[in-house]
Amino acid sequence: MAMTEHTTAPAHWLLGRITWDSIPMSHEPILLWTFIAVCLGGLFVLALLTKFRLWGPMWRDWLCSIDHKKIGIMYMVLGIVMLLRGFADAVMMRLQQSMAFGENMGYLPPHHYDQVFTAHGVIMIFFVAMPLVTGLMNYLVPLQIGARDVAFPFLNNFSFWMTTAGAVLVMVSLFLGEFSTSGWLALSNLGHQNPGVGLDYYIWSLQIAGVGTTLSGINLLVTIVKMRAPGMDMMKMPIFTWTALCTNALIVASFPVLTAALVLMSLDRYLGTNFFTNDLGGNPMLYVNLIWIWGHPEVYILVLPAFGVFSEVVATFSRKRLFGYTSMVYATVCITVLSYLVWLHHFFTMGSGASVNAFFGITTMIISIPTGAKIFNWLFTMYRGRIRFTVPMLWTVGFMVTFAIGGMTGVLLAVPPADFVLHNSLFLIAHFHNVIIGGVVFAMFAGINYWFPKAFGYKLDEFWGKVSFWCWLVGFWVAFTPLYVLGLMGVTRRANHFEDPSLQIWFVIAACGAGIVALGIGAFLVQLGVSYLKRDQLRDHTGDPWDGRTLEWATSSPPPQYNFAFTPVVHDVDAWWDMKKHGYKRPLSGFQAIHMPLNTGSGVVLSVLSLVWGFALIWHMWPLAIASFAAIVIGAIVHTFNYKRDYHIPAAEVVTTENARTQLLAQHG
Amino acid sequence: MADLAHSSVHGAHGATAVREYHLAHEPHPENGTALGFWLYLMSDCLIFAALFATWGVLGRSFAGGAGGAELFDLKLVALNTAFLLLSSITFGFAMLRKQVNDKSGTLIWLAVTGLFGLAFLAVELYEFRHLIHEGAGPQSSAAMSAFFALVGTHGLHVTFGSIWLVVLMVQIAKHGLIHENKRRLMCLSMFWHFLDVVWIGVFTFVYLMGVL
Repeated sequence: MAMTEHTTAPAHWLLGRITWDSIPMSHEPILLWTFIAVCLGGLFVLALLTKFRLWGPMWRDWLCSIDHKKIGIMYMVLGIVMLLRGFADAVMMRLQQSMAFGENMGYLPPHHYDQVFTAHGVIMIFFVAMPLVTGLMNYLVPLQIGARDVAFPFLNNFSFWMTTAGAVLVMVSLFLGEFSTSGWLALSNLGHQNPGVGLDYYIWSLQIAGVGTTLSGINLLVTIVKMRAPGMDMMKMPIFTWTALCTNALIVASFPVLTAALVLMSLDRYLGTNFFTNDLGGNPMLYVNLIWIWGHPEVYILVLPAFGVFSEVVATFSRKRLFGYTSMVYATVCITVLSYLVWLHHFFTMGSGASVNAFFGITTMIISIPTGAKIFNWLFTMYRGRIRFTVPMLWTVGFMVTFAIGGMTGVLLAVPPADFVLHNSLFLIAHFHNVIIGGVVFAMFAGINYWFPKAFGYKLDEFWGKVSFWCWLVGFWVAFTPLYVLGLMGVTRRANHFEDPSLQIWFVIAACGAGIVALGIGAFLVQLGVSYLKRDQLRDHTGDPWDGRTLEWATSSPPPQYNFAFTPVVHDVDAWWDMKKHGYKRPLSGFQAIHMPLNTGSGVVLSVLSLVWGFALIWHMWPLAIASFAAIVIGAIVHTFNYKRDYHIPAAEVVTTENARTQLLAQHG
Repeated sequence: MADLAHSSVHGAHGATAVREYHLAHEPHPENGTALGFWLYLMSDCLIFAALFATWGVLGRSFAGGAGGAELFDLKLVALNTAFLLLSSITFGFAMLRKQVNDKSGTLIWLAVTGLFGLAFLAVELYEFRHLIHEGAGPQSSAAMSAFFALVGTHGLHVTFGSIWLVVLMVQIAKHGLIHENKRRLMCLSMFWHFLDVVWIGVFTFVYLMGVL
């Protein structure tokens, strides 16, 4: 990674900028060991696939699958794998900052350290939080609205593989060349300076993944608007689906701005234009505005589905209808709209004047009102409910405490004079980790624990789930409280060395906190393993292990490919609860053939070609770039000549599946 | 508490009414392609919005070089605008022929549309070449960077629209005006008219206001 000197020799016609020096492992022991570990892990997986003859099933049933449930699970796997990478970056930063004082320069040179914090931010937001959130939405939205799949099943598969291609590109940068050193939003090194490949890796991984995100946003929007079960009007939708609707509206309305901003940055870098340069009329603050016009809605893209998860969990485990359903919907919509009116609070220090700063400060504070309304709704749902403190519920309560405090520090930062002091300080770092970990990450763990039995047919182990929760909660506070303190003392972010030895103790405490979080992640992985081994004890035969309220619990666990043998009719919010209250009997006959979309490999092929194209552009391999781009266009055209997109599951097959479930229910009824 | 809240809501509908909880027959949800494509167009529109905003911020920063009044040849742009607007009308004629299931009529009007599109692109390329020749290339100033990014992005859209047009003509020739092809025609038609609307913005804000 320490590729500091850049060759000025003309690029090779075929290999572009790649030379032997581009392989940083030769002089970086950390990377060498990582590379060896990745290779061994990869070989192990390949060996297992070969041993159990899983190549064919993997290709047919997973890679080519357009089943929203499988795609949802693959998104979750991607998010969890990338979480390990992003967390490794976090641990490296905590270690460096806890030791690099005075004479001791730590173990990470500045150039490497800059790549680590950039990669940490990019990976955690784009390739951990986004896949986890999108995965949950993909899995749940069609089930919650009583649909058989999403509106555009092929597009769903394509979106997932484009996201994965972006993640692969980030991983490639670890072993070939370097990653960006400009922070997760690339706010430094604008214009055509900085000749390395790091920023190009950043640009193309986000552009490729961004295509996937935008398309999946459109897909889920149309799904929610057009494919709800009969009777489910907008105000009868489950809250998670509502938050998914708002999040996808935000995705469609904000990701194009990211695309445009990155295109302009690429033009500066590739063609020598002057958008963000300091001469010939360029304006770097234009980039900062554009990227935050996307960036602020992005944090609500992540947190709204998190709110949806907590709303579902809190209602189920308090055995009560969610308090204030209507106000919850309006709060969600308010946040959606307001999230566009606050972007400038990320750079009050730009100097846009008191009036502009006051406007954005006030809009920012106003967002806390609908958010506060949500917190009260959850509290009132719990009030006098019969609460079961299961693992998802623990995450929810942990969230309410943690997130409320993170929200308060956010309102503090929204005051422009306070922000002038705290801008770019560790206080800010503590604040946004407080809301993103306390909000999004806690929600993802709550959601995984809550819906795992639906997806896999057995519950997750309670004990290890609780260990994971407590390690995360305690670890989070031990890791980030010191950063609040340091930030108030004026310590800035992204420094890899400090002079003042009195600060060291705080960084040591923070590193201990990261260690406790590591135990939490470890406990989660153990939880997955233990639950798999104990799956027969933990088996859910009913399809409704928690006495749930929404439609996904009406079908079997895991659901059949077609989700529902008959499309449900909805009469009330909490449709499944309503069905149970009215003594609903599952139909045992009259099954018909079901119309379903057909699997295809086009998504994988186009995404691999896009990956090659991005790689070629990063390394200036022009012949390869042209060839792969032409292949993408031709591949897309060939795909449109395939008119055979769907088939019918024969009625006999539906009967077999449903009869098996009838027997299972009778045995365990 | 829960049961109280539940029965009161439910009481409004009448507790004794028999409720159907599933459909006996497979429902046919309305096809979502039109809505999905609209949403795509709106997201694309936001890319253009960002580029228009960029032009709005940088569009006067010619870095001491020649400005819009010297650089833009309005007669040429008027010709170009005419090509694109006419192509939208001819696409409309193609859609009318599609409505009456006239395959060859549809194909002929699509071909005319494609020719107008190509004429538009040819004039645009000529203009770009001329500007670069004059020393007003995309690298010369922030304003010219913004100009080439906005107009070039529109031009790229027309290029891909033309490729799509040719592909769809082949598919119509091969399979006829079947349901899928009609749906695709509707999408391409929306795309083509959308590019027309964007061009009217470009013509107004970049060229007409640029020469002021």
